[in-house]
Amino acid sequence: MGDKVKLYALSTCGHCKRTKELLQNKGVDYDVTDVDQLEGEERQEAIEEVKQYNPSLSFPTLVIGDKCIVGYKKDEIEEALQEHV
Amino acid sequence: MYDVDSLYAKLKELQEPKGLYFNRDEELVRDLLNSLLINKDRYGYMACPCRLASGIYEMDKDIICPCSYAWPDIQEYGSCYCGLYVSPEWNEGTIPHVHVPERRPPEKLLAALGAGG
Repeated sequence: MGDKVKLYALSTCGHCKRTKELLQNKGVDYDVTDVDQLEGEERQEAIEEVKQYNPSLSFPTLVIGDKCIVGYKKDEIEEALQEHV
Repeated sequence: MYDVDSLYAKLKELQEPKGLYFNRDEELVRDLLNSLLINKDRYGYMACPCRLASGIYEMDKDIICPCSYAWPDIQEYGSCYCGLYVSPEWNEGTIPHVHVPERRPPEKLLAALGAGG
């Protein structure tokens, strides 16, 4: 069992919402950070974190083990989740 | 002040003649319109719901909905980045619904965030 699945998202984004729903429907144990909801230093730290995985700073940015999936790509996410178990 | 229904009617009347059609996915459209209203409250302008706005108007101008990238994205993929506006072909299902990658140059966002956004 690798590292916990990590989702960086925006609370206003439709693709991020779909990604959250997919993870929930699959019963995935994951951490989510809605970067637009953060302020000050906390926001800056989260931005730096996202940049490490996705220099474009686009959302959703989903980290599954050593894989980073940018965007709501259902098939790719499901495949990565299977390999991650 | 708008609510989702009045914003829907207003934008449909305003944008459709320009060739910007709402996604047939009503739930997504209503979610995104609600998000635009949230961003209007937050920033004073309707920043794209799927992009991290800096809150600095001058630096976010290109992502105020409809964003500067909507047209090229719709022409290339049939949908804008967040999925609010699409082409007739997208709604008819005669083209595949693919993920629309971020067209905005990252430097624009990084500059905005660097400016204290």
